[in-house]
Amino acid sequence: MSTDTHAAHADDHHHGDGHAHGTFSSYMLGFVLSVVLTAIPFWLVMSGTLPSKQITALVIMAFAVVQIVVHMIYFLHMNTTSENGWSMMALIFTIVMVVIALSGSLWVMGHLNSNMMPVHQMTGMN
Amino acid sequence: MSPDLLKLIFGRLGFESLPLHEPIVVGTFVVVALGGAALLGGLTYFRLWGYLWREWFTTVDHKRIGIMYMILGIVMLLRGFADALMMRGQQMLAFGGSEGYLNAHHYDQVFTAHGVIMIFFVAMPLVTGLMNYVVPLQIGARDVSFPFLNNFSFWMTVGGAVLVMASLFIGEFARTGWLAYPPLSNIGYSPDVGVDYYIWALQVAGVGTTLSGINLICTIVKLRCPGMTMMKMPVFTWTSLCTNVLIVASFPVLTVVLALLSLDRYVGTNFFTNDFGGSPMMYVNLIWIWGHPEVYILVLPAFGIFSEVTSTFSGKRLFGYTSMVYATVVITILSYLVWLHHFFTMGSGASVNSFFGITTMIISIPTGAKMFNWLFTMYRGRIRYELPMMWTIAFMLTFVIGGMTGVLLAVPPADFVLHNSLFLIAHFHNVIIGGVVFGAFAGINYWFPKAFGFKLDPFWGKMSFWFWVTGFYLAFMPLYVLGLMGVTRRLRVFDDPSLQIWFVIAAIGALFVFIGILSMLMQFAVSLLKREQLKDVTGDPWDARTLEWATSSPPPDYNFAFTPVVHDNDAWWDMKKRGYQRPLTGFKPIHMPASTGTGIILAGFATAMGFGLIWYMWWLAAVSFVAMLAVGIGHTFNYHRDFDIPAEDVIRTEDARTKLLAGAK
Repeated sequence: MSTDTHAAHADDHHHGDGHAHGTFSSYMLGFVLSVVLTAIPFWLVMSGTLPSKQITALVIMAFAVVQIVVHMIYFLHMNTTSENGWSMMALIFTIVMVVIALSGSLWVMGHLNSNMMPVHQMTGMN
Repeated sequence: MSPDLLKLIFGRLGFESLPLHEPIVVGTFVVVALGGAALLGGLTYFRLWGYLWREWFTTVDHKRIGIMYMILGIVMLLRGFADALMMRGQQMLAFGGSEGYLNAHHYDQVFTAHGVIMIFFVAMPLVTGLMNYVVPLQIGARDVSFPFLNNFSFWMTVGGAVLVMASLFIGEFARTGWLAYPPLSNIGYSPDVGVDYYIWALQVAGVGTTLSGINLICTIVKLRCPGMTMMKMPVFTWTSLCTNVLIVASFPVLTVVLALLSLDRYVGTNFFTNDFGGSPMMYVNLIWIWGHPEVYILVLPAFGIFSEVTSTFSGKRLFGYTSMVYATVVITILSYLVWLHHFFTMGSGASVNSFFGITTMIISIPTGAKMFNWLFTMYRGRIRYELPMMWTIAFMLTFVIGGMTGVLLAVPPADFVLHNSLFLIAHFHNVIIGGVVFGAFAGINYWFPKAFGFKLDPFWGKMSFWFWVTGFYLAFMPLYVLGLMGVTRRLRVFDDPSLQIWFVIAAIGALFVFIGILSMLMQFAVSLLKREQLKDVTGDPWDARTLEWATSSPPPDYNFAFTPVVHDNDAWWDMKKRGYQRPLTGFKPIHMPASTGTGIILAGFATAMGFGLIWYMWWLAAVSFVAMLAVGIGHTFNYHRDFDIPAEDVIRTEDARTKLLAGAK
């Protein structure tokens, strides 16, 4: 809600090109892709095609990451140049933060788990 | 009425929930009730409700919202400091068999409330308030990107504060320490409402904080005036940008971890329980992923304030602007890589501990670079020892000590000795008071004339300064000593009589700080009375350098009649040097956002929902939630969101300023 006289606001209109809004076909493509990417993990779990649960879980994680990318490209209209590159910058920052938080937590909790949790207690729960 | 019906209506709330057996709380309640009644009566008598509602509560003007944040911060400072005084008193007295005057139940609430209030409802509002007020002015904007959201964010923060204050008189507050570690905070060990007050106060306020972070990022990225490239932004705007990036990236972690804790408490999940696969250590890990960035959220804007103040009062361009910016960005990233130093002793082992110990020590490099930049800015400058500069010098001395003890604590073996001791308490008060609080006070003294058109009284300001600074050292240096001797934090009674003298000194220090706070209130009152003498009509009382000083004090609603064009880092200094002339003609109508009461109403329902959830009044929670949705959706049909300030009004305002400026010469 900036003011009309504002330069930054006027700046908005400059890159209101076709890229920023998407077309019917790009929305449909995004929709179909996300449906497929959701259906496959369901099918994997329900049919039990893959040999182990762990592999299934990892494959589902991989599909989830692809799903995120699909959403960003087709629904959030992100690309390397949108918003003068700010979207890309924010995305890179977010990825860095998420990677730090996730990998750091796994690393830390892994160590804590092996150092601090008595083994018999873990087996006792299963 | 049947007990079942009562339970349906009031949930867990009953007469026994009121702390009538605690004389201290009852006394406080009487004082607060009398004071509150006097305030409300006064407002009614002087017919100020309409004015307050129209001009303040519903305003979307970033300047007024900023001022309201500051008032919230100062009011809550009084509450948080009252807790501090009570703790100092208790620890001073509870020797030689004495139990002191606070029982354990009450004392545990006091230290928890002190931490929560000081961080979330004092430091955060003060910092957010200053950013809200100053950033749009510094970048030559007319308001923030989302003015309504700004109003809503403020009232959500107030909602959280209201819940914390309510816990004093209705029920009780958490007895868990300020981060509510499980398993203590789980339902098994804390079955009462204390932790629920904690959770919902922080969740309600957290919404406000996150949204205000988004708002300010957007403002800084999108609304800078022409010519202000990123590397021409004032340093305070830079640090605000980084702070808000940190807010947006870290507060969701807090929200999620508190949500998981509430699931444990409300529906019996086992995220953080001792059994069924839960891990309380995961809570500690997650909450510090938020908690460490949080301390940089608080201190970065303070660094920005010190940068502005140092260069203004040294009459020089800031030394090493580029390095200052990069140092800020590096701190922003590094602040995410150090969280484990808050729990070195939890058992993650040597490899993990050394990684986080080293990253923690690395943070002192960009911070040290900043310190040298300020010193070199002062070097050969013509330094004016006005109040903001005095606070800055006090900060530089104090913060360096706090930083050094911080690096000391970053060494894992040292931390094994000092963790959870009063040494740690002394360290973080050293950096938070020395950094954030002194920064906020420097900012208040610096920008007050901008906000109100008159300077703050220097005599009472200096009183406040000297009592605060000496009080701080008296209060916390003994804690370093005690910590080194092995005294742990949060103790209520002591056996060893030789320790007492240190606690007495610390209590005297706290009294000094108390006089400092009173002097500051006195400073506001005296300045208000002497406003004609302290008046500034130029809009630039300090001969300052950045854009906020280019407009009048207080600025008009629209900030700048024409959007300024910037050619230099120190935009206003550059304009003055080039003989800038204020435009006197050609004013046009100015498009501005309109006030709305939706923010305060939404926040009111959110607070009521929090209250309902705390007391298991499910109907209240449900009704408030539905009402919130309804009001939120209803607001989307409000098409009267903006208006134009007519050109005549702009001309009138600007002509009045022209007259004032002519009179000043």
